Amino acid sequence: MNDHRFRVGEFYQRDRLVHPPAYTPGYKTSILRSPKNALIAIENSLSEITGPVFDPSELGPLDNDLILNYAKDGLPIGERILVHGYVRDENGRPVPNALVEIWQANAGGRYRHKNDRYIAPLDPNFGGCGRTLTDKDGYYVFRTIKPGPYPWRNHNNEWRPSHIHYSISGYGWAQRLITQMYFEGDPLIPMCPILRTIPDEAQARRLIAVQDRNAFAAFDYRAYRFDIVLRGSRATPFENYVQGEK
Amino acid sequence: MTQRLDYLQETPSQTAGPYVHIGLAPRQAGFDIYERNFDNVLVGPNTKGERIRIEGRVLDGSGTPLRDVLLEIWQANAAGKYNHPADLQDKPIDPHFRGWGRAASDFETGLYWFETIKPGPVIGRHGRVMAPHINFWIVARGINIGLNTRMYFSDEEEANAKDPVLNSIEWEVRRKTLIAQREQRGNQVVYRFDIRFHGDDETVFFEI
Ligand SMILES: [Fe+3]
Repeated sequence: MNDHRFRVGEFYQRDRLVHPPAYTPGYKTSILRSPKNALIAIENSLSEITGPVFDPSELGPLDNDLILNYAKDGLPIGERILVHGYVRDENGRPVPNALVEIWQANAGGRYRHKNDRYIAPLDPNFGGCGRTLTDKDGYYVFRTIKPGPYPWRNHNNEWRPSHIHYSISGYGWAQRLITQMYFEGDPLIPMCPILRTIPDEAQARRLIAVQDRNAFAAFDYRAYRFDIVLRGSRATPFENYVQGEK
Repeated sequence: MTQRLDYLQETPSQTAGPYVHIGLAPRQAGFDIYERNFDNVLVGPNTKGERIRIEGRVLDGSGTPLRDVLLEIWQANAAGKYNHPADLQDKPIDPHFRGWGRAASDFETGLYWFETIKPGPVIGRHGRVMAPHINFWIVARGINIGLNTRMYFSDEEEANAKDPVLNSIEWEVRRKTLIAQREQRGNQVVYRFDIRFHGDDETVFFEI
């Protein structure tokens, strides 16, 4: 197999200092939803280095266009934007065929979800989700509406900065990742308890997408660039897993 | 000056939040948008292997079920082969089985379920056979980084006793938190797998 993605050995150990810990009392819900015991480290086996493979035929042609994929009798309201970027692994290599799924509130900060009861109205022409597979260079692109900030229950008078939720499935189970993308210049960013679950501020800033003027389309949309890095793996398959039990 | 390593760093994780269903299971959020949806039924009529249902709840530190949790599973086929090119074991791929599924818990009861087949054993590190197991990944509001665990089968006692991952859990009493109990419900085989965040029977979660 010549494709480097499948000449995979174990994944590099996850750098936990990049991530939020499970228990972050500033984000109150994490208190009862975090394990008390330490995670138990296990060596990667086939169970961790393999993972689901997706086929382009499983997705529809408008799945990555949130401006059109739920439009009923008009276009959604709000700022038209494009969000795009590259999915790479820690080796810097592109991750092709990664499943990237996003979801977000509409321009008024309202989610199309049974459990969202915020007074801002639903937009009849906006669903708020999209999905795509990265191309051979690891590139992905979505067209959407810039989401609005919204209030939530943590402290009183708590507001989320505008954000887009991202879910990424790469070539191995150990790469599975969910994160959120924020927008450069949003004044709610510095006080967001969820962004602040990430202890290292420099790491947290990596989730803020920057405006990408080169990708604007005149008289149509502005653009933001958001690159994603998944865990990388050794290039050498591990020892003798094809030989039966010892 | 020395040379510099040019590895990139993984993107930081963030919680999936309460509205994860919109992105990953939109019909559960309450609307229809995609023609094909990823879901919790992993089997088709031609899939090989013993049909099983897995069900359970994810319980928070107070014992309350999470009603907004989302789980994904990844497993080998009935022959013990993953449907992925990095699995070089000399075993057949089942073209009717990807081995991956996604379930959201019920908004009222907190119950999740999958319909799948029982996987075969897979060769692990150092040539040691791993007992049949299913890999779980759990995300929700309040979970900052997805949690990884494994489900093993109560009727595989002998294989479980030799499993290298179960044996690597220093605390023998905690191993049983990964073993789903088999029960017969009419003509259906059901494995019950509850996941707990606190308490004496807190589930073992792995750093993988
Ligand atoms: Fe959100």
